[in-house]
Amino acid sequence: MLGYGTQIVAGVTPGKGGTKIHNIPVYDTVKEALKEHEAHASVIFVPAPFAADAAFEALEGGLKTLVIITEHMPVRDAVQVMARAKQQGSVVIGPNTPGIITPGECTLGVMPAHIFRRGTVGIASRSGTLTYEIAVGLSIRGLGQSTCLGLGGDPVVGLSFVEVLREFERDEHTEAVVLIGEIGGDMEEQAAEFISIEGYSKPVVAFVAGKTAPPGRRMGHAGAIIMGKAGTAQSKIEAFKAAGVGVAEKPSDVAKMLARG
Amino acid sequence: MKLFEHEAKEIFSKYGIPIPNGRLANSPAQARETATRVKTPVAVKAQVLVVGRGKAGGILFANSPREAELSSRKLLGAEIRGLRIQSVLVEEKLPIRKELYFSITVDRSSRSYVAIASSEGGVEIEETAVTTPEKIIKIIINPLYGFHPYHAHQIAKKLGYRGDQMQELAAILLKLYRVAMDYDAELCEMNPLIETTEGKFVAADARLIIDDNALYRHPDFQRRLSEKGGTELTPQELEVQKSGLAYVKLDGNIGVFGNGAGLVMATLDVIQLYGGNPANFLDVGGGASSEKMAAALNLVFSDPRIEVVFINVLGGITRCDEIAKGILEAKSRIGFAKPMVIRLVGTNEEEGKRVLTEADIQVLDSMEEAAERAVEIAKAGR
Repeated sequence: MLGYGTQIVAGVTPGKGGTKIHNIPVYDTVKEALKEHEAHASVIFVPAPFAADAAFEALEGGLKTLVIITEHMPVRDAVQVMARAKQQGSVVIGPNTPGIITPGECTLGVMPAHIFRRGTVGIASRSGTLTYEIAVGLSIRGLGQSTCLGLGGDPVVGLSFVEVLREFERDEHTEAVVLIGEIGGDMEEQAAEFISIEGYSKPVVAFVAGKTAPPGRRMGHAGAIIMGKAGTAQSKIEAFKAAGVGVAEKPSDVAKMLARG
Repeated sequence: MKLFEHEAKEIFSKYGIPIPNGRLANSPAQARETATRVKTPVAVKAQVLVVGRGKAGGILFANSPREAELSSRKLLGAEIRGLRIQSVLVEEKLPIRKELYFSITVDRSSRSYVAIASSEGGVEIEETAVTTPEKIIKIIINPLYGFHPYHAHQIAKKLGYRGDQMQELAAILLKLYRVAMDYDAELCEMNPLIETTEGKFVAADARLIIDDNALYRHPDFQRRLSEKGGTELTPQELEVQKSGLAYVKLDGNIGVFGNGAGLVMATLDVIQLYGGNPANFLDVGGGASSEKMAAALNLVFSDPRIEVVFINVLGGITRCDEIAKGILEAKSRIGFAKPMVIRLVGTNEEEGKRVLTEADIQVLDSMEEAAERAVEIAKAGR
């Protein structure tokens, strides 16, 4: 993150206060850190049992953006964190996300920055490496990215596709949007409904992973599970198509479809 | 983690939720003894972690202790959808006036828990939800407020109860919410929650699924996971879970693994698109060490139907040279002779490719090309 130009002003690790890492001061509490520095965002890497604690601390400190990289956070904790964040108007990315990057400017999290190029395609994804797969494909074809973010692979995460679509609609640097979905939940169906009801001024291309997934079995991500009739790849793909969203059959088709416009 | 019905009921009972009189039996003799103690007729219920147990013949009724013995003899040791029945729950069969449904679960889109209730409980609840959704009551629970008596009263009234019955039912719903929160439930369900002919409410069946990520807060159950028959997972799947891999067995002949759940899912999809059949889903996660690679290879190779293995690694934080060495080490240790197709991109990729190419293993840059190649080999091998 430092190497990419992200301005990291402080680290917080209880018990490590007073030390330095890469020349950045470490504090025991967020409160102490904020007394000395001005910050807008917090990136949380702490182990799952302590992630909610770290998130509450950051929220109470008034930080407006939280990126929770931590995986395996209990759902009960995630529910509480999202409710508090909403109450005070903060945005949570994750948990179980690789983070967010605006190529050439700034990154929060663990995305491999070198594969991204500055450009005009916004990417929102529920997965990590699949995002890189598609971003690499775009970069090679000269389709750079405005901002790329992972929503997180858990059942309860801070941002939905609909919320990200709204942000990309307003973002003047974004001219087209890629949504990378997967089985489980109904975020993709909701995005499709949003696009067909409210209309969307920028082209959207989607890819949905998990067409071969059997029902009732978790495909790695805690959120990637087909329960009952909802949440199948088929349901998501049909919803997108009905809303006029192009659906890529293979990851490499995303770039081709965008290039075609 | 799914709990057995008897475990869930024990917890419900501790919280004051009425459950039928009964006991767990591990042998026909015990079943007979329990049936003698509780009033006949009794229900003899297989304790297995599958949904749709009743429809699969896992619940028998007995009019006498002798019949209970026979029923349990039929069930014990038998299998339901591949899972062996190790014990049965013998319970009094209550006279039913009405079957209700009540559960607490997670609602992803509202990022909250949701209370779901219906006056049409029982085995057809999922059908009801689809065909007559107006018969399903849903209350999204605002995490900042929680679930309170007034919510429970609203639900009980909508289910058609007044006065004392409304109060009594509401009290049970509240207790279930308490269980759900205290046990980090992904799902906490009474189906059916019966109204007896005397107008009392009893949780006739109970389901409790604990959020796997919260198991560290429930050490008793975490321990039980490692016991034989303690989960719906096969011993192999359990072993895999411990080694930090995510594995799901499928029916094809192309072994697959890669790093990242989404990437692996997409890999399976592409294989199928080219007319192939994946044998498994296997995610080795980020920063995979050579030991992890060996464990993954072992797992994939252990499936005798495999004709070819396709490894798809896109390194962000994962180092390709380390992956390559891990693959070779594991390959020689296990003595695997089937062909491999590898797609390897990312940090230190040149070194990784060199090592593999020298060992006569195909390395490709594109995942789709590699998938196509793997499908060709699988077809030729058959």
